[in-house]
Amino acid sequence: MAVKALKPYKGEVKDNVERFHGMQLLYIGWDDHKMFVAPFAFVFPPNMRFGDICEKVLPGAFGYHPDWKKVDMSKAQWLKSSQPWTPDMTKTLAELGLKHKDALRFITPGLTGLKGSSY
Amino acid sequence: MDVQAKKKLGLKEKYAHMTRGLDWETTYQPMDKVFPYAKFEGIKVHDWDQWQDPFRLTMDAYWKYQAEKERKLYAILDAYAQNNGHLGVTDARYVNALKLFLTGVSPLEYMAHRGFAHVGRAFPGAGPRIACQMQSLDEIRHVQTQVHAASNYNKFYNGLHQFRHQHDRVWYLSVPKSFFDDAFTAGPFEYMIAIGFAFEYVLTNLLFVPFMSGAAYNGDMSTVTFGFSAQSDEARHMTLGLECIKFMLEQDPDNLPIVQRWIDKWFWRGYRVLTLVAMMMDYMLPKRVMSWKEAWEIYAEQNGGALFNDLARYGVRPPKGFAAACGDKDYLSHQAWSVFYSYGAAAPFHTWTPSPEENDWLSAKYPSSFDKYYRPLWEFYAEQQKQGNRFYNKTLPMLCQTCQIPMFFTEPGDPTRICYRESDYNGMKYHFCSDGCKEIFDNEPEKYVQAWLPVHQIYQGHCFKEGTDPTAPGFDPLKAVLDWYNLDFGRDNLDYEGSEDQKNFAAWRGMATRNE
Amino acid sequence: MSTVFIAFQTNDETRSIIDAVLADNPHAQLDVQPAMVKINAEGKLVIKRESIEERLGRPFDLQELQVNLITLSGNIDEDDDQFTLAWRN
Repeated sequence: MAVKALKPYKGEVKDNVERFHGMQLLYIGWDDHKMFVAPFAFVFPPNMRFGDICEKVLPGAFGYHPDWKKVDMSKAQWLKSSQPWTPDMTKTLAELGLKHKDALRFITPGLTGLKGSSY
Repeated sequence: MDVQAKKKLGLKEKYAHMTRGLDWETTYQPMDKVFPYAKFEGIKVHDWDQWQDPFRLTMDAYWKYQAEKERKLYAILDAYAQNNGHLGVTDARYVNALKLFLTGVSPLEYMAHRGFAHVGRAFPGAGPRIACQMQSLDEIRHVQTQVHAASNYNKFYNGLHQFRHQHDRVWYLSVPKSFFDDAFTAGPFEYMIAIGFAFEYVLTNLLFVPFMSGAAYNGDMSTVTFGFSAQSDEARHMTLGLECIKFMLEQDPDNLPIVQRWIDKWFWRGYRVLTLVAMMMDYMLPKRVMSWKEAWEIYAEQNGGALFNDLARYGVRPPKGFAAACGDKDYLSHQAWSVFYSYGAAAPFHTWTPSPEENDWLSAKYPSSFDKYYRPLWEFYAEQQKQGNRFYNKTLPMLCQTCQIPMFFTEPGDPTRICYRESDYNGMKYHFCSDGCKEIFDNEPEKYVQAWLPVHQIYQGHCFKEGTDPTAPGFDPLKAVLDWYNLDFGRDNLDYEGSEDQKNFAAWRGMATRNE
Repeated sequence: MSTVFIAFQTNDETRSIIDAVLADNPHAQLDVQPAMVKINAEGKLVIKRESIEERLGRPFDLQELQVNLITLSGNIDEDDDQFTLAWRN
């Protein structure tokens, strides 16, 4: 069994999607900008348009960084589970096949943080 | 007439008479029922009498020396309190290192007390039972001495008043909490490797010596006293841990792979918890003792090296993650401080940017990394703060499923890239900060799918006070969570500059040397 | 060879203990820290009850080391007359 125990044992999963009131977890990190120390954890409804995330949510999360005003999201390169991935800004999370607890990263070429430090 | 006095029993003989041959094999109930936890982990023990007690303490000696230590300790704590000793610290930023220690570590001492009480019942051998029961008493002593030390500071400084409540709730305190819950819910042999060996032998000097030396360097006699007094108990704990691992390895060669896997797991989990110590040493002590990197080189590389050379005779190799931990020594403290600095609204202690002189010290201690990666950040923050634009990150971070720390750790060998690892288990994704944490999950996923991850729990709506209405206009979820933490907003948290602690300390120091 | 060490709180009692240890272990090195005294030694360190008693001026039970001990490193062997720390490599 998948844990050493006195008797058969099944752990209670604490983070299945049913516990998030109709939302799903999505993690988004901005490479080379570790001022935001870790990728962010968001909850979104599955029918949320990906473009709305980029236009309405990410500025609030990343806007403090001086690089943000130079960001052109249309040129950003995306990774999902660290593999290349191309989002369609008009589609929803569900339509894009984004599952609960998927992890996305975006790279903004040429922008490498404060004095190129990756921060 | 023969007036020659009978020779006293030597230490070893006396101990053997007082502690051996007093137990028995049960017959009313089978031994396996009396000791139900002794075999399920797969550790084979053929002869419990082979157990060697390095410190041969009988109960009379235990009480005598502990009582003496207690008397000395409380005399010093009383004198410190009577003398307003807290005003002798370098400056009140130091108190935040103490807040970190007292809120993060004291609850673990209590759990250690319970854990050792449990294994002190669970082992079939009388020798380890006695040693574990003494350790259980030591650990509750540690909680008590720490609470006494905290009590004095709590009269004057913010952030110390809710450590018990916050242990179960606050995001970064789930890190030490989950560490101990993991050990506490393991079997007795794993518990001994986790706590007795990995935490209290391999890693203990990296926790205690920096905090206690930090206290000594910064005028905090109270902490020095309880620290050194506790450490003398730790010397016994260390030897217990070392004896446990030697005993397991000597009893049966089949035990080696099990023990090695535990060494790998618990070195990594313990190392992750020590992240807090790294940042404390480099950023939170106004008068610094040495850098985290230097402490790591002495206590982990040299000392740990000697230890694992010694254990090599059993076929034990150094922990799997050791090289990665060594590789991180130039980066860890800086990365960690940037987490607490940016999430400074959400923790019940203060944070601040290092001064120019402190940046220069960091630069000298970290010539290959500080100026390139971290100085730009601190200088930027200092500039922003001058303009009234101090950064407080309000968006929740992604956490590692195993260590529960925000995923700020970087790829081995590349401090510019966040390290992302994941596993799929029973149709769901789990994320990890490192190969070490991923491997721990993959070996026992049923344990870690249950993790109470603070960020996820907040999103599930479990982190608000009873009666909170999230739909009310102007609802601020972060403020509501901090309220649930019993964190006193504006007093316990935010930057040290402008804090009540800072103002009070200056005022009281002034009062001690001026006539009004 | 690997280093063993032992560290004590700095006070009047440990002054005698430290003197005894340094006298009995010529290869040992003293490391003075705030409130703490550490002795490092390559391979092995031997603490002798008699040497301590000579300097302390009273009978001494080696188990009393516990009262002022802070931390140590190495395998321990203890009897009535001496306390030894050593690595076996």
